[in-house]
Amino acid sequence: MLKSIRSTFIMIGECFRMSLNNILGNRARSFLTVLGILIGVAAVIALITTVNGFSGSLSSSFSSMGAGTLTVTVSGSDLKSGLTTDDLTELTTLEAVAGVTPNVSLSARVSRGGSYETRISVSGKNSHYFRQNADLLTRGRTLNVTDEDNTTFACLISPDMVETFFYGVDPIGEKLYIDGIPFLVVGLMSGSGDASISGVMNGSPDILIPYTTAMKMNNSSVVTSFTTYLADGWTSETATDALEAKLDEMFSYEDDCYEIMDMSSIEDTMQNMLNMVSALLAGIALVVGGIGIMNMMLTTVTERTTEIGLKKALGAIPWQIQIQFLIESFLLSVIGGAAGIALGLMLSLILSKVMGTGFVISTFAILLGAGFSAAVGIIFGWAPARKASKLNPIDALRSA
Amino acid sequence: MPAPTFFKMEKINKYYQMGEERAHILKDVDLSIEEGEYLSVLGPSGSGKSTLMNIIGCLDVATSGRYTLHGRLVDDMTEAELARLRSAEIGFVFQNSQLLPRLTAQKNVELPLIYAGVGPRERRRRARELLERVGLSDRMEHMPNQLSGGQQQRVAIARALAGNPTLLLADEPTGALDQKTGRQVMALFRELNDEGRTVIMITHDMNIAKNARRVVHIIDGELSEGGGTNDA
Repeated sequence: MLKSIRSTFIMIGECFRMSLNNILGNRARSFLTVLGILIGVAAVIALITTVNGFSGSLSSSFSSMGAGTLTVTVSGSDLKSGLTTDDLTELTTLEAVAGVTPNVSLSARVSRGGSYETRISVSGKNSHYFRQNADLLTRGRTLNVTDEDNTTFACLISPDMVETFFYGVDPIGEKLYIDGIPFLVVGLMSGSGDASISGVMNGSPDILIPYTTAMKMNNSSVVTSFTTYLADGWTSETATDALEAKLDEMFSYEDDCYEIMDMSSIEDTMQNMLNMVSALLAGIALVVGGIGIMNMMLTTVTERTTEIGLKKALGAIPWQIQIQFLIESFLLSVIGGAAGIALGLMLSLILSKVMGTGFVISTFAILLGAGFSAAVGIIFGWAPARKASKLNPIDALRSA
Repeated sequence: MPAPTFFKMEKINKYYQMGEERAHILKDVDLSIEEGEYLSVLGPSGSGKSTLMNIIGCLDVATSGRYTLHGRLVDDMTEAELARLRSAEIGFVFQNSQLLPRLTAQKNVELPLIYAGVGPRERRRRARELLERVGLSDRMEHMPNQLSGGQQQRVAIARALAGNPTLLLADEPTGALDQKTGRQVMALFRELNDEGRTVIMITHDMNIAKNARRVVHIIDGELSEGGGTNDA
């Protein structure tokens, strides 16, 4: 028993050496054969590594937009085109809701002195918004309830705006004309940050003004987009249910008046899509690479018919022949896979430099690439190896 | 207890299905060989001698009849059992030496030992010893294409001997060689037989066949004793 295990090991070790000999003895052909596997594995590795680096920065920006918010976009019904200030106040009375910030955006022509810029993104917010984004203000004051109630012409501006309109001047207390209306600059923002989904979709606003003022400038009496901050102890799911109940009531139970978007579900959806693309790519690479290996192995078996017959005549048992060819396709595939991993990592390093995302070597991706190429070698090498092991030694020798 | 039968064929028949027809290749072949004999099977092509060689070499089994080799009944063996039997009992020498082109002479000789599960050191030792025995001690690391036809055939003989087989089975061993090298190979067979090795040689050439101590003829699948020739 022990002796037969030992001799099996000896035989398998020798198979590895002979296979390597065969692969290296035919370098050009081996290279072309593993090209499919190489490119496939490289693509999968590059994709996963790049996506990892990318979704690292993606999910950090997603979480800053906050878990714990729901963004509602209102399309309205014939009777009710949006939510009034009173409706918003009513929403804040919900247990699930810690606060509500309307998003009233407009694109305006902004000027000061002789210079002006068109299509500046202006967003109307309420005081609660600044409570939620405490680090937004760098200097001056935020917009408060008085601003909302009195529709004051106060604004906060981004560093970009400071650079454009207030070069060498302290902007606070200065006037800025938005669509011809003089606004008083009361505070400076740390960035152009609107950390919410509407910010991502509409572009980050450069100027924040009271939402009531913004509504007036839009000639609108209703809000069509707002962000809801969830109270402690509420998940997106439970809060969505509570919010839906209230909104359905407000819109008299008409369908399709509004849409509630949940950050974490959007993030999940994106992650799922990326995973599916990776899986699809891996699948295609598997088939393409595998067929290359299989084709080569079938050719090899045909070419080496005599060798197989000879080995059988010299006492090789069918499974010994089979394992030898399996080892050869396995080695071929793994060599291709290893080269693919190296190439993939190089590609993703370059990509991360170009795109400015993080470069994180994913152990998972490397294991996937290695396991994947080994599997391809064994799966697609199986049939050719089986064919070799079944050759009749007499026919095999006669073909010489 | 009597010594086990060394080599005995009784009423061996072999049929091949060729399309509609069933060809009768071997007809009631009886053949007994003692250990240490040197036998030639002489016959023209199409006489069934290759089929007989395949059955003797355990590459194929008979349709009917009994074949006993070294005390073991070959007839009902599975493919794997036949492979093990070949590994242990039979050394083949083919017409074209059939060396693997990517392996050195020494590695070629080691080949049967790999399948027999012999460790690398012992393999190496045996291979070198056998290459010395066939007079190629200075050619061990040569690749087959760096060797002459005669040298290649001697490597093949060393390989056939590697498993220390009971039976050395040669199929037209000089077919691809010129006369002079052919004679050297024949001399080597004779030496090996003198050392006690049993040799069976299949050939169509009377001049080659008469190197053996005993010749049997095969014509149309029927075997007949041709008597000893050229006794030394």
